[in-house]
Amino acid sequence: MRVLMFGWEFPPHISGGLGTACYGLTKGMSHIPEMEVIFVVPKAWGDEDQSTLRLLSAENFPVRKKYVEMQGFLKEMTFLEIHSRIMPYMSPEEFAKIDKKTKSGTNIYFNTENIASFKFSGTYGPDLFQEIANYSLIARVIAEDESFDIIHAHDWLAYPAGIAAREASGKPLVIHVHATDFDRSGGSVNPGVYEIEKRGMELADKIIAVSNLTRRTIIEKYGIDPSKVVTVYNAVEPAAIKDDMVFRKQDYGKIVTFLGRITLQKGPEYFIEAANKVLKKSNDVHFVMAGSGDMFPRMIRHAASLGIADRFHFTGFLKSRDVTQMFLMSDVYVMPSVSEPFGISPLEAMQSSVPVIISHQSGVSEILRHAIKIDFWDIDAMADAIYGILHYDGLSEMFRKHGKTEVDSLKWEDSALHVKEVYEEVLSRL
Amino acid sequence: MMKTICLYFQVHQPFRLRRYRFFDIGTSEYYYDDYANESVMKKMALRCYLPANQLMLELIEKFGDRFKIAFSISGIALDQFELYTPEVLESFRKLAATGNVEFLAETHSHSLVSLADEEEFRAQATRHSHRIESLFGLKPKVFRNTELVYSDDIGATIGSLGFEGMLSEGARHILGWKSPNYLYQNALNPELRVLLRNTSLSDDIAFRFSRRSWDQWPLTAEKYVKWLKKTDNRDEIINLFVEYETFGDHHPADSGIFEFFRALPGEILKGKNFRFAVPSGIISDFKPAASIHVPYPASWADEEKDLSAWLGNDMQNEAFKKLYALRELVRKTSDVRILTDWHYLQVSDHFYYMSTKVFTEHEVHKHYNPYESPYDAFINYMNVLSDFTRRLKKLVGSTETKVLRLERIIKEKEEMILNLQRMVNQLQEAAPVIAGPVGVAEEEAAHAPAPVVQATGAAHSKTAASMGVSREAQPAVEKDSKKKAASGKQQEERKKPGKTAEDPGNSTGKASGSSGSKNQPA
Repeated sequence: MRVLMFGWEFPPHISGGLGTACYGLTKGMSHIPEMEVIFVVPKAWGDEDQSTLRLLSAENFPVRKKYVEMQGFLKEMTFLEIHSRIMPYMSPEEFAKIDKKTKSGTNIYFNTENIASFKFSGTYGPDLFQEIANYSLIARVIAEDESFDIIHAHDWLAYPAGIAAREASGKPLVIHVHATDFDRSGGSVNPGVYEIEKRGMELADKIIAVSNLTRRTIIEKYGIDPSKVVTVYNAVEPAAIKDDMVFRKQDYGKIVTFLGRITLQKGPEYFIEAANKVLKKSNDVHFVMAGSGDMFPRMIRHAASLGIADRFHFTGFLKSRDVTQMFLMSDVYVMPSVSEPFGISPLEAMQSSVPVIISHQSGVSEILRHAIKIDFWDIDAMADAIYGILHYDGLSEMFRKHGKTEVDSLKWEDSALHVKEVYEEVLSRL
Repeated sequence: MMKTICLYFQVHQPFRLRRYRFFDIGTSEYYYDDYANESVMKKMALRCYLPANQLMLELIEKFGDRFKIAFSISGIALDQFELYTPEVLESFRKLAATGNVEFLAETHSHSLVSLADEEEFRAQATRHSHRIESLFGLKPKVFRNTELVYSDDIGATIGSLGFEGMLSEGARHILGWKSPNYLYQNALNPELRVLLRNTSLSDDIAFRFSRRSWDQWPLTAEKYVKWLKKTDNRDEIINLFVEYETFGDHHPADSGIFEFFRALPGEILKGKNFRFAVPSGIISDFKPAASIHVPYPASWADEEKDLSAWLGNDMQNEAFKKLYALRELVRKTSDVRILTDWHYLQVSDHFYYMSTKVFTEHEVHKHYNPYESPYDAFINYMNVLSDFTRRLKKLVGSTETKVLRLERIIKEKEEMILNLQRMVNQLQEAAPVIAGPVGVAEEEAAHAPAPVVQATGAAHSKTAASMGVSREAQPAVEKDSKKKAASGKQQEERKKPGKTAEDPGNSTGKASGSSGSKNQPA
């Protein structure tokens, strides 16, 4: 079975959960015999090894085809890298902002040196929607060129590409919903994005949701037939803890960590409020908010206004190695997401034997047993759970024993097998 | 041969804690969820206790001495009957009055103290026994430990308290090849008889009765008596021990459990195959078949019949250890509120809620569990325990420092008395020798006793005053003063203010259990 997959980000450039999920799932699929993946990915980086580069299309599309042996993959991967400025987790507004910057100053998304030929029908679009349209144009060409049995598109930016490939090839389309705009926007949905999402869901032959929470959103907010939507939970890669990472704690006291984009969706302000409650009772505790996002400045002001800035720290964006190190330093990890379709990061924390507190409003809370679950708005419960883990030894001992075992049993191979069943069901209907 | 059926019912309702956050520590001293406790108890009275007691009464009226049953009611359930549903207690009294019902003793706090502290265990067993005697008029002869926890040592302790017998689970790992259907004796104290629960026949009623997926569903009295008859010919006793909440709660009324039980005694008494007896009757009628060896404690829970439901994970062990680490401090106080909280914090259910078995044995463990997860249960309990520990330490600490200060004052005054006495003696001895005019020394000697009395008097009044300030100080002072055994008069004087200080404490009595509860917003 050959799968044409429109995915996102691959190591070493992973900026968030979507890239992690694409990578993990593809890796899991490489363990299934007879399963081949052609991985199409928009790229704007310029620092890779160019030796494997091959121009694919005669129509001046900047597509690089690579055959790569990835570590941990059981077979060689076929990569199709499309030069595009689309990035995951981007709203049309944000894109417009960045777009302006790139035109005026250093172009971090666009590096002509690597591109042999580059010419679209128009110029670079002024907005994200144009960019998405361009991406789907390339998808159509690829679909005509390659041979495959089924198409799999991850998240809304890739739905149009999936649809285009479906139209060009007549092969069935499976879309994979990692988030909807209801999660990202906190309710104020962008109509353009909603339109693209809805169209993708309607035209898809099957929809994979990362949790029952997301599945319900798809059914209720997008009016999709429930029988068309299945839940396949994410998993987690075994932790890459290196020897030199073993962190020796200084006289820091305990550390409570929030790690994620500092946006409305992630509920950072609830974390600050809970921290304030805990700090009133305990001295030897520090809170860390790691990540960046549009609410970053507001959160700094918020912490300062509560007078807890001496024990509440901001790190800015952390790279993956620093993330692992941050987990090793932490005594508690909190994910107070307002709306989290899945949420892989608590699983990563649990791999480092860190106790986790997660919101009921997260998909991952549907599968985890050894986690404390609270409502994102219930700062009393959140503070209480933090205090409990910091003060009552039995808890951290429980998490060390059971949390790690539990998270180690969540394997991408199992998710991949589940996805394969979805493919088979779709293909059997043809 | 005629076999003896022993029906025993356990009556217990947990006393639930309220949601107690860490920021309540040090600010709120009330720990209980009055609403939940009262509403559950009232609901249970209506659907289980009252109709079931009525049924038992009717059966006793119908069959007279041929029908006998036994109960044990946990101290926690008794507290709540008194608080919320006195009519239930009254209906148990009616049953007791028939003379066909035996009441067994338990631990006062429905606690697992038998695993932690022998002295406290003895005290709780004795206290519950007294309470049952005063409520129902008969001194219990047989003991039933919380959750049927039994081991050789526990049995021996109970034997030494004067009980004739004790109940235990007929767990396979206890019995080996033995049958539960005989009377046994404790391995360390052969005077103590052990009655073993027939697990399978008890669970048919307690767990399987309403389960539609059970291949024997629906269970009728006729069918059940057929099974009773199938037991080995040489078997003497069949012990059917079930939770009383089986009636109307574990199995709702519409499952037919009441009808089943209404028909059962008649069916059992048909022919000459069976008779009913209460545990103490069995103990006097039968000789033990053998000793039963239980070196490690067993219980009636789950498949394992061990302690893993209460003390199976790190959280449970920590909470249990931290709780019983306080017992020495608790012994130093007689503060009513502290002792009431100590009583309620020991209830085994608190530890049950922390069991991670809820993830695997969902059905039983979810029942009436007020917590979302074992973690939740643990954090809440530990918050409460932290506040309790803080209060206890403060109380005992302040008592101890006060006692130390008082001791020092007494010592100083005693030394003063001794010195002055010596001076008086010296002066008296010297007086006849020294001739001449009445000197200053003599005058001093004559007046010396007066200031001495004043001084001690001042010391006493000061002592009294400082004790009057805080009634918590009283017990330790009293105990200490006895040890010190100063002059009888001194002791008298010291006791009095203490007594008066104690009274307000007694009058609030169950303060934290009842009236106190209303004052405290949950």
